[in-house]
Amino acid sequence: MNDSHRLMDAATLRLAAARIAHEIAETIAPKDEMMVLGIQRGGVGLARMLATELGRLWQKEVPSGTIDCGMYRDDVHERASPDLYPTHIPGDVTGRIVVLADDVIASGRSVRAAMDALNALGRPKIVRLAVLIDRGRREVPVQPDFRGRTVKTGPTDRVVVKWLAEDGEDAVYVVPA
Amino acid sequence: MSWTRPHLLDIESLSADEILYILDTSREFKAVGQRSIKKSPVLLGKTVVNLFAEPSTRTRISFELAATRLSADIVNFTTEASSLRKGETLKDTALNLEALKADIFIVRHEACGAAHFLARFLKGSVINAGDGAHGHPTQALLDVFTIREHKGKIAGLNVTILGDILYSRVARSNIWALLKLGANVTLCGPSTLVPKVFEKMGCRVTWDIDDAIASADVINLLRIQHERQRATMFPGINEYAKLFSLNHERLAKTRPDALIMHPGPINRGVEIASDIADCKRSVILDQVTNGLAVRMAVLYLVNQANPN
Repeated sequence: MNDSHRLMDAATLRLAAARIAHEIAETIAPKDEMMVLGIQRGGVGLARMLATELGRLWQKEVPSGTIDCGMYRDDVHERASPDLYPTHIPGDVTGRIVVLADDVIASGRSVRAAMDALNALGRPKIVRLAVLIDRGRREVPVQPDFRGRTVKTGPTDRVVVKWLAEDGEDAVYVVPA
Repeated sequence: MSWTRPHLLDIESLSADEILYILDTSREFKAVGQRSIKKSPVLLGKTVVNLFAEPSTRTRISFELAATRLSADIVNFTTEASSLRKGETLKDTALNLEALKADIFIVRHEACGAAHFLARFLKGSVINAGDGAHGHPTQALLDVFTIREHKGKIAGLNVTILGDILYSRVARSNIWALLKLGANVTLCGPSTLVPKVFEKMGCRVTWDIDDAIASADVINLLRIQHERQRATMFPGINEYAKLFSLNHERLAKTRPDALIMHPGPINRGVEIASDIADCKRSVILDQVTNGLAVRMAVLYLVNQANPN
């Protein structure tokens, strides 16, 4: 990527995800009914990685799925992209601990929308938020419970997270405008 | 690709990618209908008008429920109780509804091109819910959605459409959609209702039902449209049933995994033997469920693409 600067390589990204998984494991017990849901589309890779890592820590299968917030965005009437992506929930969310995972948090609006999407599916006992990159610039009062790294970015910079399964590498880039 | 059309008027102007985009979007709306809260806020604050100048129950209810599930407000306008009866033109009726800030117009009319006509001057979105014998795009979309859901694909499938093709807008829209997605389409029925001219669209035409259904992956039975029939086209319902009804003897000659479809309302004992309509291979009620999802997707997409 031209002019872009690599914020994390594969090893650093995986270490950050592993650390987030350990932090989650400090607050959630292995016996708790929980699931990790990746916010479409960037959060799907992190959810998968967290579920694998937690599964290793707890020696059990940790359910992971996806949630799309496209129908619940507050800019739905501003004719942003109409693309919708699959929501796949491994079981019922009601009464469970749900960890929402996203690659990057900035305005916080996708997370707000994802919580609306989650409410349409049921009533989780607890909802937590894990993000790989917190780039600041919040527009609504939503804060992650677990974060990989905090970076200061300009309003027009883009933070691009790549996942091995979808993009061929695990890495994070900052792309200036 | 992304969706850019503020109206859905026909199938023939859509690309295969656009059709597939609608089907993918429909899948997400079908999932909404399976949740505990069967509602999505995408049309919150929008007003949808069902402008039906021709009788309809299932399509109107399907659109009404679709709009409701998307949180829109919906107004039902039917000719039986309207100013169209007092001589108001369709254009004036539509402009009056737009003056009341309607955002989406779902139009059914006996005249071919009625929806296209309204789309030329309305600022809101227009969805064709059936215009004469021309088209019924959402029916075709729900049919291909149902086929894809059961068969996993459309391309390469043998699809037989059986019955009254000449007067059927369902047939025309289905033919366009199926051909664009790469299916092989066979048309069959009485020669007066299935003219050879349909071969020019790229279909196979046969008047021999055994030939039509032998290698079919999908058999779509169309209703005999009494209301559009001329007496000369058609000797009688009993003769039709004898020659073209899907009965057990004929069913035995089809592929064991052939899907049986019907856009409804079914005439039991005419196009289809009553218990075949209820058998495992019949996906007639799946079509109804999927129709709701497809109409939710279409309402969402045209509204998203309308700059007004």
